[in-house]
Amino acid sequence: MASQSEVIDRLRATFRSGVTFPEQFRMTQLQNLLSLVEENEQLIQDALHKDLHKPKFESVLSEIQITLNDLYFAMENLRTWMQPEYNIGKNLATRMDDCFIRREPLGVVLIIGAWNYPLHLILLPLVAAIAAGNCAILKPSEICQATEQLLAELIPKYLSQDCYAVLCGGAEDTKSLLKNKFDHIFYTGSQVVARSILLAAAPHLTPVTLELGGKSPCFIYGHIDIQKAAKRLCWSKFFNTGQSCVAPDYVLCTAQTRDALLPALRETLRTFYGPDPGASLDIGRIVTPRHWRRLMDMLEKSKGKVVIGGESREEDRYIAPTVLVDVQESDALMQEEIFGPILPILTIESLEEGIDYINRQEKPLALYVFSDETSVVTTVLNNTSSGGFCGNDGIVHMALPGLPFGGVGASGMGSYHGRWGFETFSHRRGCMNRSWLLERVNVLRYPPYSDYNLGWLRWATTFKKNSWGGCSVM
Amino acid sequence: MEKQAVQRAREAFLAGRPRPLEFRVQQLKSLQRMITDRQGEIATALKQDINRSQYDTPLFELIGLENEISLAVSKLAQWAAPRPVERNLLTISDQAYIQPEPLGVVLIIGAWNYPWALTLQPLVGAIAAGNAAVVKPSELSEYSASLLKALLPRYLDQELYPVVCGGVSETQELLRQRFDHVFYTGNSTVGKLVMEAAARHLTPVTLELGGKSPCYIDKDVDLRVACRRITWGKFVNCGQTCIAPDYILCEPSIQNRVVEGIRQTLLEFYGPDPKSSPDYSRIINQRHFNRLMTLLEGYTATVGGQSDSSQRYIAPTVVKDVPPQARLMQEEIFGPLLPIVTVSDIDDAIHFINEREKPLALYVFSSNKKVIRRMLAETTSGGVTVNDVIMHYTLNSLPFGGVGQSGTGRYHGKHTFDQFSHHRACLVKSLGMEDVNMVRYPPQNRQKARRVRLAMRTPLVDFSRKTYIWAVTATVFAFGLFVTLTAILCTCL
Repeated sequence: MASQSEVIDRLRATFRSGVTFPEQFRMTQLQNLLSLVEENEQLIQDALHKDLHKPKFESVLSEIQITLNDLYFAMENLRTWMQPEYNIGKNLATRMDDCFIRREPLGVVLIIGAWNYPLHLILLPLVAAIAAGNCAILKPSEICQATEQLLAELIPKYLSQDCYAVLCGGAEDTKSLLKNKFDHIFYTGSQVVARSILLAAAPHLTPVTLELGGKSPCFIYGHIDIQKAAKRLCWSKFFNTGQSCVAPDYVLCTAQTRDALLPALRETLRTFYGPDPGASLDIGRIVTPRHWRRLMDMLEKSKGKVVIGGESREEDRYIAPTVLVDVQESDALMQEEIFGPILPILTIESLEEGIDYINRQEKPLALYVFSDETSVVTTVLNNTSSGGFCGNDGIVHMALPGLPFGGVGASGMGSYHGRWGFETFSHRRGCMNRSWLLERVNVLRYPPYSDYNLGWLRWATTFKKNSWGGCSVM
Repeated sequence: MEKQAVQRAREAFLAGRPRPLEFRVQQLKSLQRMITDRQGEIATALKQDINRSQYDTPLFELIGLENEISLAVSKLAQWAAPRPVERNLLTISDQAYIQPEPLGVVLIIGAWNYPWALTLQPLVGAIAAGNAAVVKPSELSEYSASLLKALLPRYLDQELYPVVCGGVSETQELLRQRFDHVFYTGNSTVGKLVMEAAARHLTPVTLELGGKSPCYIDKDVDLRVACRRITWGKFVNCGQTCIAPDYILCEPSIQNRVVEGIRQTLLEFYGPDPKSSPDYSRIINQRHFNRLMTLLEGYTATVGGQSDSSQRYIAPTVVKDVPPQARLMQEEIFGPLLPIVTVSDIDDAIHFINEREKPLALYVFSSNKKVIRRMLAETTSGGVTVNDVIMHYTLNSLPFGGVGQSGTGRYHGKHTFDQFSHHRACLVKSLGMEDVNMVRYPPQNRQKARRVRLAMRTPLVDFSRKTYIWAVTATVFAFGLFVTLTAILCTCL
């Protein structure tokens, strides 16, 4: 059994040989990864069901299909992404030169997965890392053991073993893994662990991408079709049993809206999961007894009033979709990211009050507004900040590969999905290929200096507003 | 004191002052006026700090800065506008775009070798992106630091853009505060400490560090021009440039001609006694002077080698046949000492470069396109200039930054704006088209699942080669059929 450093050294040696650089190699590996997912759909669904009681529909939509889409997108665009970028402005002094930006692989990267979407949260960064020409070490979450084992078994079978490796283990193993030098670290998870990752990366000056979380607020304000809003809200909140980093964490609305919202929520939940959600096949479970206990503690300590749900079962880590009202800022549910099927509703008197509240907290990963009124959406957008934003829906903004997915402030740094992932795992190298001509112009810059030369040089290199650079008096 | 400056900056930011684009443009124009009005004082400060020639100042510090400001003023509206993205079937009727937003309060730590350019260029981007910025100029260039502290508050908003001066302990105190981004230019030792301090607050950083920038001279090249360009880039600012060519790699057969080329050029540039040339700078302080003299110990200079401790003067110096394990080759020189290391061929040169840490810049001189292509494809570095040195820094559409030990992040031009912005992904949907949405809700079945998969596919239209060929063939075939049918109809009638 190879040690961590042996694996890393092997990958580094492979990278130095340059085998991951050609387009053909990257394409083949992406194709193999595609086959891995397509040929093992059933196994993947079974593993996810074992780990998270994930309904097949959710596994397909939010784990398998999203990975396949990103793979199709990457394979389709790889050639374009790899091309040096020539279309950049030049000034008079560099008009005869070849100027371009190359995208180059970084080296050996480390990708640390999370447990809530154990497949796509580790495979989507891997797609980007492969497309960008790197070697990669995958460290799946040890909490989802079935998925971890499946990845450890399948990745070496489909992908080049000299370029990509899966290293399994717990917190201690991850700590020792981080003592090694990587060329980029990609981490999805909690803020606490993120700090220790950054501290481990600093002595090596390793750049880091952090996909963290936070409390993603959801405004329901102004004129709105409450039925439709309730549907979309319920879907995004209770998908994966609320264990999504971009799930709407809590709702902000007026008392009037709340009163209209509650019956809509009840009706929607009944349509979705039937009268007894515990018996529905379409709802998952909390990942571990420890996480279940954390949620139950929050619920017990909360001073809010449970108006929907509240039932739970310890044996299978079930918590019913639960909604609370009369929740205050100081409530137990409002101190940390919930990450479960519990939805507190906070009442506000005005939009400004809600915006003020949000701005007093850390910047969230996502922010949602349900409203027919454009002015409401615009006001919230202009006066808040968040990783991403979705108006009149939840979560789906992350399914569009053209949009960068990432946080800001405490919710993370860096982004990925689609081309953004490729850029994250690449170095953008600015290149200037100077012509031998115009040495007479160059002479202006050499000592001995003179005012005369300086004057001409200034003229040649100054950016002029509205200059279209076509004038070549020189 | 540092804490208060940061606090005030944050309050001013939260009050929304730098949000309007007009405000940012006005601040940038004011910064422009400061540079134009005070050029003389800036040049004097630089002369006192580093004996910078009066021509080097505008050339290396101010022209670039002025260009950055003009670019930002001219393009700000475009940079700050929402950037639309490609949609899929599910989002076809929605608005999907990326909105650049300010980060908040950023910290800019400047360097001493180009104290104005390296402190103010990041500031231009920070202002343009709508942030507040605490500016900490390097204490090693003390005259420039004092002048900046005196001038900036007279031209820019005092609360949003405070200048904090001081040494190590003041910097450490600053780094204890929470910022939304830290931009540091300097060496990698301090870079690691900056990153560590930022880690505690989960603050993203841009580190513009350094390293040993190699300069490969191919046999197949006009040595006269090459040596002139290299000499210029190496000895400007007395070698104290992060992207100066640190050392030369060439084959033994051309080494002597390279030395001669440089010697000739030095005569042209600085005359027989560079010490008396007004165009030749000095070493910043005694500590760096001593460090450089130690590097030379045990080696005989082929060109130069003279020094004068009282003036912190070191002559432009070239050392031949330097072994890879020499002290000169262990750390970034950052001074007017130019070692030449011989390599047997391009393979050897590439191998030599790749064995070392990734440099901030890489230079290759050759008339042979194959050589250039190989050097670019088989090495990496922050940036590259081929057949010249330093010039990639001057084009602000090229991203300027390091990789690996030479740094993280990039700036110049629009890249600075982007570096200091958060790119917020925005999807604004309507509550219409709910029928399409129905397929994603529970209770679930196979049919719904299939429909959702279809709707999620991007791109919208398959532009792949296969489809294109199919489409063309089908069109040709259909057209042919149409013509045939028409012909038959006509003959029948």
